[in-house]
Amino acid sequence: DLELEIPVLHEVPPPLGPLYGEKHSAPVVDFSYVGIDAILEQMRRKAMKQGFELNIMVVGQSGLGKSTLMNTLFKSKVSRKSVLATAQEKIPKTIEIKSISHDIEEKGVRMKLTVIDTPGFGDQINNENCWQPIMRFINDQYEVYLQEEINIDRKKRIPDSRVHCCIYFIPPTGHCLRPLDVEFMRRLSKVVNIVPVIAKADTLTLEERDFFKQKIREELRANGIDVYPQKEFDEDEEDRMINEKIREMIPFAVVGSDQEYQVNGRRLLGRKTKWGTIEVENIAHCEFAYLRDLLIRTHMQNIKDITSTIHYEMYRVRRLNENNTGGGNISPLQLNSSSTLELT
Amino acid sequence: MLILHRKSVKKGFDFTLMVAGESGLGKSTLVNSLFLTDLHKDRKLLNAEERISQTVEITKHTVDIEEKGVKLKLTIVDTPGFGDAVNNSECWRPVTDYINQQFEQYFRDESGLNRKNIQDNRVHCCLYFIPPFGHGLRPVDIEFMKILQDKVNVVPLIAKADCLTPSEIKKFKERLREEIDKCGIKIYQFPDCDSDEDEDFKQQDRELKESTPFAVIGSNTVVEARGQRVRGRLYPWGIVEVENPAHCDFVKLRTMLIRTHMHDLKDITNDCHYENYRALCIQTMASKMNADKRVESPIPILPLSTPDVETENLIKKKDEELRRMQQMLQKMQQQMHEQDL
Repeated sequence: DLELEIPVLHEVPPPLGPLYGEKHSAPVVDFSYVGIDAILEQMRRKAMKQGFELNIMVVGQSGLGKSTLMNTLFKSKVSRKSVLATAQEKIPKTIEIKSISHDIEEKGVRMKLTVIDTPGFGDQINNENCWQPIMRFINDQYEVYLQEEINIDRKKRIPDSRVHCCIYFIPPTGHCLRPLDVEFMRRLSKVVNIVPVIAKADTLTLEERDFFKQKIREELRANGIDVYPQKEFDEDEEDRMINEKIREMIPFAVVGSDQEYQVNGRRLLGRKTKWGTIEVENIAHCEFAYLRDLLIRTHMQNIKDITSTIHYEMYRVRRLNENNTGGGNISPLQLNSSSTLELT
Repeated sequence: MLILHRKSVKKGFDFTLMVAGESGLGKSTLVNSLFLTDLHKDRKLLNAEERISQTVEITKHTVDIEEKGVKLKLTIVDTPGFGDAVNNSECWRPVTDYINQQFEQYFRDESGLNRKNIQDNRVHCCLYFIPPFGHGLRPVDIEFMKILQDKVNVVPLIAKADCLTPSEIKKFKERLREEIDKCGIKIYQFPDCDSDEDEDFKQQDRELKESTPFAVIGSNTVVEARGQRVRGRLYPWGIVEVENPAHCDFVKLRTMLIRTHMHDLKDITNDCHYENYRALCIQTMASKMNADKRVESPIPILPLSTPDVETENLIKKKDEELRRMQQMLQKMQQQMHEQDL
């Protein structure tokens, strides 16, 4: 992706004309306007033509609403369960990794969304090392990309199956993180962007939620776990300000729903109980809207950038170094294509 | 009958309730709600770091409750750490050890000389909390309930039921009942009521049976709802009232546990679970005796997993008592033998 630093000459409106109903009769031409900023429009058009990819992984115990949340986020049935209509939910004996891709289009913008599900995680009696298959999958995607990249005759656009973001579902106990949560996030935050969320948050009162979040943030800090947005990747002051606000709010307490109800004359996504209707997109009820904005509306590109420029690069460097016995740069041809980086 | 009743009332009743399930399922809150107490006021909640090395503990809280002249000595046995670790293999063991210890203690007391003031510390009921987040029973739930079904009355509950809509609760209950059936788990069954009971009672009994497993919510805070002060939980979208039968099965649980079935729970504990234990003990003893052909103490010495000093001393005292009794028996047998000759 191009990274342009466009110097601002000074604020100049685009050339006026009768279309804009302006008062000036003669066209205004500013000699100090070159038109470099028009590149943004060119980029936008190209991006729209090409479309883009987004790969989201969801991790958490069975029944925490992962599939429902994905459907709610993208307002369509994108989860594995919606596609494969299995009669009953059975907990698999080992962890499986299942990817489902969908093409989504909105206002002419096309996105290939891949949701990667991890059924079986944390559901067994003995969950030791349950993070391993997930770690392996993530590294495998880096490997696939690397192999294509170092190819002599490589594709113009390398298909990107790398996991851009891993949403980790924390059960709403209201107390603190469990050893399994800490174990998973500690290891995986080193290779992928982790976005922790409090699942099924409609079981916590606002007080309980605040207390829980505080405990979680404390424990993440105490264990040196860097979740997205990571402090060390803030690019400038503006970034830092925006991201700091987000860091003070995570993990987002979310509620998902793919059912609509009539509330005050409007049709809203929600959950109807005997004591009231929980409106999913109402920020007074839950923080789903914040999660959606983060993942889709404001930080989607950033999430992809960090994956490719930091996580993937780290993998690449380690991988190239492990083949490098004599020191110095090696030819990509010497890279052993059959081995993936060993799990640490 | 009346005299018996008055005597029991004077003596008071004792009841031991165990709660089991992962952290954060509202066990403590529910117990406090049921008995209107605050048993866990100053407990310390461990953080994730501390929990990594934590094993399953057994903690006991005893409280004396009196209502309308009836005294109840209530013991709550909690199982902190259950199911919280990354590896939960055999996390049920401290629980079964504890239950067995109480049976053994009762067995010794029952076989002892002074039986006037036997304390019944046997676990009469185990409330097992199932998380509402799953789709049904998880492997750990199945394993735990199967292991405990022959040792204690298991009453499964759906915890934190305020995160489920009415249709979700219905589906979940059906699913649980199906799976409990399929796995052959023997949970506590409500006894059928007598045919001569009145229709209201029968109706109540039917409703009780059809709503199991109970979906419960607990709360220690009082909120204002519909112009009344009730125990509940305040959310931005509404107020959950704990004692409202339309909101959850808390009232049904309380009715069942305290008001109608407490005695049955104690009876089943005594007549089934304890008898199972006793039979097993005597069998083990008998086979040992046949193997050794030695006169053994009539009281079995089962290996206790973690006997504390207090228990050890108690055991030593009982052992002494038994040895004396044995000697007496031997002397008596000797005398009888001499008389026969």
